[in-house]
Amino acid sequence: MSLPALVSSSIDGLMLGIIYGLAAMGLTLIFGVMRVINLAHGAIITLGMFVVFLLTVRLGLNPYLAVVFALILGLAFGIAMYFIAVHRVINAPELTTLLATFAVYLVIIGLGTAVFTTTPFSVNVNLGTYGSGQVTVLGTKIVAVVLAILITAGLYYFLYRTRAGKSIRAVANNRSAAELMGINTAAMLALSFGVGTMLAMISGGLLATMFTFTILSGDSYETKSFVIVVLGGLGNPTGALVGGIIIGLLEGISTLFMPVGWVPVIEYAVFVLILLVRPNGLLGARV
Amino acid sequence: MRNLLSPFLWIILVVVGGIALIPILTGDASLREDLFLILMTVTLASSVNIIMGYTGYVNFGHIVFFGLGGYFAFFLMQNLQMNFVLAALIGGMGTCIVAVLLGIPVLRLRGAYFALATIGINEAMRTFVTNFDPFGGAVGMFFNYSTYDAYGGAKNALWFAYDAIVVVALLTITVSFLIKKSKFGLGLMAIREDQDAAQVLGIDPARAKVITYAISAFFPAITGAIFFFKNGIIEPNVAFDLLRSIESLVMVMLGGYGTVVGPIVGALVYERMSSLLITAPPITLLGVSVSFSQLHLAIAGVLLLLIVLFVTGGFVGWLRQRFPRVRRYLE
Repeated sequence: MSLPALVSSSIDGLMLGIIYGLAAMGLTLIFGVMRVINLAHGAIITLGMFVVFLLTVRLGLNPYLAVVFALILGLAFGIAMYFIAVHRVINAPELTTLLATFAVYLVIIGLGTAVFTTTPFSVNVNLGTYGSGQVTVLGTKIVAVVLAILITAGLYYFLYRTRAGKSIRAVANNRSAAELMGINTAAMLALSFGVGTMLAMISGGLLATMFTFTILSGDSYETKSFVIVVLGGLGNPTGALVGGIIIGLLEGISTLFMPVGWVPVIEYAVFVLILLVRPNGLLGARV
Repeated sequence: MRNLLSPFLWIILVVVGGIALIPILTGDASLREDLFLILMTVTLASSVNIIMGYTGYVNFGHIVFFGLGGYFAFFLMQNLQMNFVLAALIGGMGTCIVAVLLGIPVLRLRGAYFALATIGINEAMRTFVTNFDPFGGAVGMFFNYSTYDAYGGAKNALWFAYDAIVVVALLTITVSFLIKKSKFGLGLMAIREDQDAAQVLGIDPARAKVITYAISAFFPAITGAIFFFKNGIIEPNVAFDLLRSIESLVMVMLGGYGTVVGPIVGALVYERMSSLLITAPPITLLGVSVSFSQLHLAIAGVLLLLIVLFVTGGFVGWLRQRFPRVRRYLE
């Protein structure tokens, strides 16, 4: 094993990890605010991929402009999904919300496979490669990571500096107290659900500019998001980012030491172990 | 065992068993295939209901037992030329042991954490088996045609597999009923409603949950052994198919969570609905040819959403709520 190989797979893993973290932040934000595990998360990632695909390949838009559209669409979709599928059962036991969001997954994937079948698609974006010697990085990955970092910064600004973001954190902290302080909790829950799905859609859109995908690709990113979220602590966005980077690095570097097939085995084993040993994750749960 | 004489149990067994007998009497092979799938889903739904409906622990990864039982039995039959019945029983017991070992740590988790962990276990097992060479890795394992000679050829083996699934389905229903009516089952439902209160009342939740988890693992394991014996081929993505697992949760919800008949009704309705949609001819919508075989997922989704939002008790729960008199008879 050579040093350049290690450096290049570390950079690759780190970059991928940030994108993973972006998707996982969406999942963890929703859980942190309303104790709902969104099982439609993977389907929404897929939706992001296909939104970018349709806008660029069919309508000829710039792929990154399409990602902006995915952002708006994701927010709207999440708010609609909250009011249709989640709002009525928000106080019911976990099983109910798990099944309600899973129902949305079935609808998206069912319609998606009917229209797109399960054949692979790709969005061809070529921004060249950068770097020197054996260490090279694809331009698309650099742009995707920069966008992901910008969006993450935006999310933190929103949560900590704006009134709506502070309200969301108040609702996450104590819903009835927030309500007593005059916060419209239903609106805040819907907004945070929208922000959560928006993050999933954007990361789907960014992943689409890098890899080929099928209608079922979201599933593996969803389980990956679960692993990341549990690693970083359910409900903790910073934890999701850290967890994403850990998983990304693990995927990047471990391929140098072992056959690729064993990497998911380790991921899932770590996932179950963390749940058993430290259910609050490495950084603890908080929003 | 007063409960074993309950007329309600016998009515269910006679109805299910009577329908299951039709292809055996008429020799109708296509009806047999339909009923095989229905009885298999009934078994999966009824067994997941034992842990999910009675104890309140939502097991998203129930299918891991189906896959494990299938793999254990297949391995024994192929490599040791073991008889199918013996292999299936050993596979079932082996899976129970795995369930106990997994259950002791995992069942300490509650609510969403448990649900996530079960997904993790299934995915870990699937990816592990995909890389595990003794089980054939990603390609899986397949029988030689001659394996079926011991059972009177491939054609007779199909009938044999059908007989086996009928027995397992009836057994699952019986066990599900007996647990529900027993003191042990009452303890499980107390855990479902409030685990800490149940503990104060003298129930050992850890022990009760692990036993239930192991019981609910046995039936899908045997079903897996039968299914893959019949198919003659086993591969990881079919054996540990998370979607099949979650579909059986949908069936339980559809029929009625925590009831004995609910999972049977739910499995029957869901299975019939999806096979009707799969065989329906494609239609053209807005210039795109849409086949119903894919749409069955979307329709299942809408159905599930409507049940979860408006009829949480499922079909049987609704009946019990609407007509209080039937509560005495309808379990």
